[in-house]
Formats: sequence, structure tokens, C-alpha cells
Amino acid sequence: MTTSLTLRSRMVTALAALLLVPVFFLPIWSIDLEAPQYPEGIGMDIMVNTIRGQGEWDLQNINGLNHYIGMKEIHPDSIRELDIMPWLLGGLLLFGLVAAATGRKWLLRAWVIAFVLLAAAGLADFYKWGYDYGHNLNPDAAIKVPGMVYQPPLIGSKQLLNFTAHSWPGAGGMLAIASLLLGVVALFLSRGPRKLVAEGGAAAARPLNHAA
Amino acid sequence: MSFRRNAILGLVTVAAIGIGIFACQTTGRSTDLVSARDAAAAVYVPPGEYDEFYAFMSGGFSGNLTVMGLPSGRLLKTVPVFSQFPENGWGYNEETKAMLQTSYGFAAWDDSHHPELSMTDGVPDGRWIFINANNTPRIARIDLTEFETKEILEIPNSAGNHGSPFITPNSEYIVATTRFSVPVPNRDMPISEYASNFKGMLSFVRANDPGNMDVAFQIIVPGYNYDLAHAGKGPSHGWMFFTSYNAEEAHTLLEVNASKRDKDFIAAVDWRRAEECVAQGSARSMPARYVHNYKGEDRIARSEMRESVTVLEPATCERLVYFLPTPKSPHGVDVDPTGEFIVAGGKLATVIPVHSFSKMIAAIEEQKFEGEVDGIPVLQYDAIIAGEVPDPGLGPLHTEFDGRGFAYTTAFISSEIVKWSLETFQVVDRIPVYYSVGHLMIPGGDSRQPWGKYLVALNKMTKDRYLPTGPELAHSAQLIDISGDKMRLLLDFPTMGEPHYAQAIPAELILEKQLRLYRLSENRNPFATMGEGAAKVTREGRRVHVQMTAIRSHFAPDNIEGVEVGDTVYFHVTNLEQDWDVPHGFATLGMETAELLIMPGDTRTLTWVPKQPGIYPFYCTDFCSALHQEMQGYIRISPRGSGVPLAWGTGGRLTTQAAN
Repeated sequence: MTTSLTLRSRMVTALAALLLVPVFFLPIWSIDLEAPQYPEGIGMDIMVNTIRGQGEWDLQNINGLNHYIGMKEIHPDSIRELDIMPWLLGGLLLFGLVAAATGRKWLLRAWVIAFVLLAAAGLADFYKWGYDYGHNLNPDAAIKVPGMVYQPPLIGSKQLLNFTAHSWPGAGGMLAIASLLLGVVALFLSRGPRKLVAEGGAAAARPLNHAA
Repeated sequence: MSFRRNAILGLVTVAAIGIGIFACQTTGRSTDLVSARDAAAAVYVPPGEYDEFYAFMSGGFSGNLTVMGLPSGRLLKTVPVFSQFPENGWGYNEETKAMLQTSYGFAAWDDSHHPELSMTDGVPDGRWIFINANNTPRIARIDLTEFETKEILEIPNSAGNHGSPFITPNSEYIVATTRFSVPVPNRDMPISEYASNFKGMLSFVRANDPGNMDVAFQIIVPGYNYDLAHAGKGPSHGWMFFTSYNAEEAHTLLEVNASKRDKDFIAAVDWRRAEECVAQGSARSMPARYVHNYKGEDRIARSEMRESVTVLEPATCERLVYFLPTPKSPHGVDVDPTGEFIVAGGKLATVIPVHSFSKMIAAIEEQKFEGEVDGIPVLQYDAIIAGEVPDPGLGPLHTEFDGRGFAYTTAFISSEIVKWSLETFQVVDRIPVYYSVGHLMIPGGDSRQPWGKYLVALNKMTKDRYLPTGPELAHSAQLIDISGDKMRLLLDFPTMGEPHYAQAIPAELILEKQLRLYRLSENRNPFATMGEGAAKVTREGRRVHVQMTAIRSHFAPDNIEGVEVGDTVYFHVTNLEQDWDVPHGFATLGMETAELLIMPGDTRTLTWVPKQPGIYPFYCTDFCSALHQEMQGYIRISPRGSGVPLAWGTGGRLTTQAAN
């Protein structure tokens, strides 16, 4: 059983880690809102360190519209997760690069596991915030529809009164998913003995070990 | 019995003849359209789609400018210019009042005739549009990112600013002529001294520096009526042509007394020569009081009085002005896209005279003069004429061009438009219009590069064209397709006020630079309220400033107490919205002026002096949101000296400030 990564696998791992660089600058998740009154569109993007409107004034206007249903205002500065996320993303990037540089297979495996856990935690957190915004409404709200909650979809589309909310990964989110998939590919690439062939030496004579 | 039957038969016959006549009229009219279906398709702009052209129609005696889409003829906006406009508070609120200031005092109304787009290289560029005030001579600049009047300059020594504001090819100057010659400087004297003391004035206004419009120089000319103008272009760039009538110098019953001579004059002015004379010191500075109004960075209008003007006289600046004899009281003067032909609309003439610019220059060099008036050489008609268009219809007034070698001239009396060739000077097509057309407009039709697809006839009479609306009818415009050999009438549409001239420009030249809202963070109004927390009421003696915010769907403050009868209350309302097309309005019970209409990010101020104690509701006047009807408040007016403390708030306890 090998403990090192093939050269190709290390390159793929490095590529996977580097794919996380643009995630610092691109929307990870986008919520687009459609309504008859907004033919020009209105929406917001979740960035690694902030939430911003897609248009210059979109966030302010979403908050303004939300006050009718008693939803809390979205203030990126008060969301702690947004302070932590850049560090987590940076850590993941470094971790991946270290795995690629050292070629330690266990590091890559740990990287993939950490990535999956962080992604799951992120989605769970996103859901929690969405649930909180959608359910904890000001009882003095002007518009109260019995039984109506305004939790945006985690992924997919949902009708919220006159708005249709579409929630999908943004370009940054897509790249993160691609990064994770590449990490998995890198793991698979290191399964076989080809690395040994490539490196030459006595190990080349070993039988195939699919359990690697 | 039989008599009665005969009588009934007779009535039926009369009725049948009547129907027959009516049917004839109907079919007679529909033949103007090649096919109603084709015409409808040509002007149909599907819901949600845009027109091809922005058209700017003068509002005539409304003093406004109306913006319409072509080919649909849909009304897009009224831009208030020279008249108070209660619909949005123009000329009533503190931010715009100063725009209507003149040396005669506050002028609540005027008559706007000729919109003129700014130009670069002889082609409309969509930066600004200018328009004249005819009654109290002024010129306004309207910004085409906001569709708002930004600047108004009064023209001194002038009366009846009709021939204005025609522009030079690079927006160097816009001109203003005095339709009514008056004593210069204006002073008390017997009207009968007209011939010896009344003067005409041709004014050149610097136009290409926003916020700094100024009269560059004025030229004193004989006491005729100066009517219209157009700038030279291409080879004739540097010249400006002005029509005049009343060379008879009549001061009473002009319809007879000013129509006697066979020819009046077009004044050709070499404005580069004028610049030379001014630079050489041949001009004199003359005391004159006239007002310049403009909106600053803070979007608040201010007025300044100007005290003098630079005046040139042809006698002391040779080669400045030449008179081109032109038949019978010419009205319009129009220069073709090449800059060679100067077309006059001799409104009582039987031909359209076309002067040649190159012949004019040659005649000047060869001194082919037939006389001189006040130091102005009069050129020989035969030496400058390029041709006369025969049979142009009765009462030719205005000409525009399609850029394909054809000119289109309106004939007021015969109520038609004639199309003629600039090569043969022969009429090639004619189309009736309904009724009595004044100006016509082709997009870019007075420029070096017309967009020669449509022509709009601007008619002076409407009569039976629309469902009647009592004695006063909307004026009528007609859209004509000029893309083919034959003109085709496509559409009738009503216009606001009395539209004189109009201009149009392809929508894409101004569409992309439209402002959607004002940035609140850049609001420089000293009474702007940047957030609800900053809303307050302050008293300065008998003046009370209410700094109020508006955002869907409430005002802050919406309860105000401590204001007394006789106080002057200033409602400074800031619209906090930063969202497209969410204006808020403001009006209060019993106010004697007009509402405020406040665009997102802007601040506007309404002044109100309450006269009786009581509770006065105020409310948002623009349906802003689902809870618009909840957007309201109350101001308590107490008797004078009651000592009720100032107090204000929204949704909670009032903030109080002890009365002083």
C-alpha cells in the first residue's frame, strides 16, 4: 500500500488547491429575486467575507422590502461566520498545497474529508441563517400571511409572495465544488502502482493493490 | 297623408345623401394611407419595447418641452422649463424657484418654441437640448441624462426671442434674435419714433460650458423683425443666417404694413469675423441687466444678475453682416446638409428661393451690392440665387432635409408638405397634412447628417382629427414615412401646448446614459437628511425647518407639534430611497403652492405659512408602495404665542425641544 501520491496526482492536488484562489473574489452563493416590479433584477451574493447586493443598492432595497414582512435586516458586519470564512478558505488552500508539496496521501485524504465537513457545515449554517430570517419575524410587520414563512431555499427556487427566490452556487461556489472533485480525482489517481512504475525501483514488481 | 309620406321620403333621401357625403369624406381620407395595416405595422412598438427615436416637442404656450417616442407618438415626459409646473413643484419649491427669475421679476409662464440639440461636428450628440423663451427672452439648457432644465440665460436688449436657440456645428454658439425691435437700451419714447430709434439685435450665446452660459456678443441691426435662423455647416461653417421681415419698419397693423415690399432680407453673419472684431476691441461694453439662473452641484437653482453686454455695430466691424434679398417676408431659413444651399420660406412668396453659399461668397468678393442699410451691404439677388423652386404650395415656411438630396418644405396655407430635389429644384412629391402645418421635423433634419426615415408635421390646426373636446383642442402632429420615393402618412398624434418646432435623435444616443436615481451619499443640499436618525425640526425665530425623510412607507418625523400660525415652515423632504422609479411626493392640507415630487436621493423644499390653528395632515402623493395610503402624518398648528414646545417623531415618543 502506497503512502505517497503520484506526480500526476500531486499536480492535480495542487490544481485543486489553487482553484480556491478565485473563490476569494467570486460569489460563492447567489440569491436572485424575481418580481414584476424589478424587471432589471435584484439579488445578493454571498462572498467569502461579506454579503453584497448584485446591484449597488440591491442589499439596501432587499432590506427595505423585507421590512414589510418583518424580516430582520441583513447586515454582513454582524454575521460572525463571514469573519471566519476567509481564514477557513485560506487554511484549506494552504492545506491542499502542503498535501501536493509533500505528496503525503493521508494529507490529501484528510484534506478531502476536511473540505466535505466544512462544506457541510457551511451549508448547515446557511440553512440556519435562512431559517432564522424566514421564521423569526417582527410581530408588528405590516404584511402577515397566516402560515407563511420566508425562508429562502437552500438550493433551487421558491415563491415568496411576489418574489421568486432562486438560490444557486455562484462562480466561486462552482469552483469550490470543482476543487473538491479534483481532490477526489487526485485520490483515485494515486490508487494504482503506476506511480511505482513511474518512480522505478523494486517496488515496481509489487502486485496491484486496489485497496490503496 | 301622401304629403307626410313624401316628406318622410324626402327626409330619407336627404339622410342618404348625407351618409353618402360622409362616406366620401371617410374614403377620401383613408386614401392618404397606402394601407392602414401597413401604416399600423410601421408605427407599432410592441408592449415593453422602445421607440426608435426620442422626439423633443416644444411645448409652445405651455412653456415646457415634451418628450415623445417615435414612431409610436407616445408621450414619455413633460420637462418643465419656463413655466411653473405644479405636477412636480418646478418653480414652486425652493430648489427650482430661482430658475424662473428674470430682470423683470419672477416669471411664472413663457412660450417655448424651438428645441435645439447640442451638436458635435454638425451632428446632434445628445448631450443637451436648448429651448427658447419667446415672450421674456431667455434660453434654457436641458440636460439629457436627467431630462431636467439646468440653466436659463436671459437675453438683454431683446424682445420676443423667436429666432432662437439655433446652434453652430460644434455648439460654439446658440443664437437669439429679437422678433420685436425695441429701443436699445429700452426706454420711454413715442412708438412713432420706431424708424429712427428701434433696433434689432442678433445675440450669440456661448453654449458649450455648462453652468456658464453667457452672451458672447450682440450685433445691432436695423429695426426689422428678426424671425428665424440657422447656422452654416461644411463650407459655410462660421456663418449664421437670420431671416427678417418688416423691412418696411412698420409699428402698427403689420399684417398690411409689413407686407408691402417685394423682398425682405436674410442677414448673413460671419461670426468668426465678429470674434475678430471683439478681439480687436471694435466692440463696446453696454450696461444691461439680465439674469443667469443655474443649478449647482447641490441641485439648488441660484440667480445672478449680469450687468453689461458686449455689443458690435456693423458700421464699425466691416464684413460682419450682409443682407441677402429674399422674397416676401421670409420665415424659416434652412441650410442643407452640404452647407451650400440656404433655403428661405418666403411665407407670402410663390416660389421657394434657394441661395447659394458659394455664389454669396463670390458676390461679396466681387462687391455685387445693390445698396447698403446702416453699414450692411445688400447683395444682388441674381448674383446669389441658386434657383427658385416653382409651385411649392402656398405659404412656404420651413424646410428640412433627408440627407439623400431632397428637401421637404411645409406650405401653411395649402396645408401640405412638398418634397423637392436639391439638384433640379423641382417638386417631386407632395402630401396633404391636417391642418395648416407650421414646422416640420426630420430627425437630424437640420444637421449635416439627417436620419431621414420619418418626418413629423407639426400642425397649427386640429379641427376634426380627434374626438372633439370642446372649443379647446390638442394640437396635432403627423408622422410621415419618407424612406421611399412617395411620402406616406402613417400616424396622427396629439401634442401638448402648441408645438412649434421639434427635434429627434436616435434613442441609442441617449438611452444608455440615463440617470436612474441620485446618490444619497452625494446629496449636497444643506438641508438634506441622510437618515431617519437625523430627521429633526428646528426653529429660527419665526422660521421652522422640518428636515424630513421619506422611505417606503413612512415619513420621519410624521408627527410634528410646536408650530404656530404665521410661522414660515420649510419642509425639506429627502427621499432616502436608492431604488429606480420610487419617487415620493409631499403635500399638506391648505398649502397654496404645489406638491413636492422628490426623486430617490434628492431633497426638495416646500414653503408653507399656516394661517389658522388646527391639525394639518400631510401625505405622500406618488403611489410608492402597497402601504402608500399609510404614508402620512400630522402637523399641529397652534395659535401664535401659545408656547407649545417643538416636538417631532415617528412611531414612538416625540423628541421635544422647549419653545423659545
